[in-house]
Amino acid sequence: MGGYGDIQLLREDGLRLDGRKIDEMRPVSIEAGILPAADGSAMVTHGLNVAVAAVYGPMEAHPRKIQRQDRAVIDVRYNMAPFSTSDRIRPGYNRRSREISKVTAEALESVVLVERFPRSKIRVEIEILAAEAGTRCAGITAASVALADAGIPMRDFIVGVASGKVEDTVVLDLDKAEDNYGQADLPVGILPNTGEIAFLQMDGDLSPDEYNLAMEYNFKAAAEIHEIMVDALKKRYEGGEN
Amino acid sequence: MSQGRSDAELRLVTPGMAIGPCAGKRIGSGAIALNEEIIATKLGWAREFNGTVSVDPINSSYIPRSGDLIVATVAEVRNNLWFMNINGAFQGLLPMSLAPWKVEFGAARQHMGIGDVALARVQEVDECHNVVLTMKGIGLRRLNQGALLTVPVNHIDRIKGKDNSTLERLKAASDCRIIVGQNGKVWVDGDAQGIAWSRAAIEIAQRCGHKETFEAELSVHENNAPNRGEQ
Repeated sequence: MGGYGDIQLLREDGLRLDGRKIDEMRPVSIEAGILPAADGSAMVTHGLNVAVAAVYGPMEAHPRKIQRQDRAVIDVRYNMAPFSTSDRIRPGYNRRSREISKVTAEALESVVLVERFPRSKIRVEIEILAAEAGTRCAGITAASVALADAGIPMRDFIVGVASGKVEDTVVLDLDKAEDNYGQADLPVGILPNTGEIAFLQMDGDLSPDEYNLAMEYNFKAAAEIHEIMVDALKKRYEGGEN
Repeated sequence: MSQGRSDAELRLVTPGMAIGPCAGKRIGSGAIALNEEIIATKLGWAREFNGTVSVDPINSSYIPRSGDLIVATVAEVRNNLWFMNINGAFQGLLPMSLAPWKVEFGAARQHMGIGDVALARVQEVDECHNVVLTMKGIGLRRLNQGALLTVPVNHIDRIKGKDNSTLERLKAASDCRIIVGQNGKVWVDGDAQGIAWSRAAIEIAQRCGHKETFEAELSVHENNAPNRGEQ
């Protein structure tokens, strides 16, 4: 076993507490262009997570000290709404949101063609309206769709997915209980067309075999989410609604 | 840009999507070559014309180019120059030497203040995105009256049409003077009814400029034009 004493996270029949199989993802839906004031926007619902991303720019980078003469900077602000969890979150920046903002910006910089916009800034705002484990992944996915919606040139999307380990079993897409009481969490940002990894974090321990299995699950889930991302953009621009 | 939408090979592509092999093809805007394949970098319509594969973006920001005719708004005034909002990432700079008036040092405000709108041309863009504007040229002037509308930059060519044919239709139907800036700003001057009609026509372009139905919707709107009976 492992983790937290007698908390059971897998049922006798091998399914998880919410009835999913170990390699099954929570339902994902994506809507592009939800904020008229933003240059690009998207809302991602991943299980009970709701992430909204808005993109503004490219614009002149201010203050000037953040300007780069040869490329744009991506300014990401990740924030969880005070009402996003059952315990009220104190509003404003904290250590966790700074860290997620930083890793998200670095992941996005690897796909956005930043060299096309010297001295500029692309502002990405990610707001988590409801949280149930995996908000950084939902936020990255939302930011990726919002950037495409804003017409920012990118060499690929980034899809945020996570796998982990509960009761010595590798499972895909941890929910809140699995995230809190499981043994490991492996969120990654995957470029679905090239198969590259733009960011990877690991909380807990995984053996090499477990890591490989978790990444296999992640790549499978990323392909599924990528299709939903493309459909969301096609629905906005190709379908009847705009 | 979007005028070639009727071509059979057009399809909506998303960033990272492979458009086709790059052997024997030239790569246009909105695409890059990666592992001998042409990859879309923007959300838009993939297009092949004369052996060049490009993506007409559905949404894009204004990238100023030398020679562009733009409608700009004064954002800041200094003693000897104006900073103009050109609807792009960076402000444009209009020095007093390139203004159409004889401007004394310190008297720039007497000619144009913050919020004033001018028709200008992009004189120069350097590699650091410094944009220099000029108002020396035929027709370049301060725009004292009329309405200023905004349209997506990638729909400009659709609003103008081939050889400005669509724009001429709009002008005739609305009985208004219309100037379409390359920066997505449209200046309309005429009576209130004409401006309102033009505003609705521009909204059609904003809503469905990227769709096949644009021409049909515009024709329907033309039937309600204020100047319809006199054409």
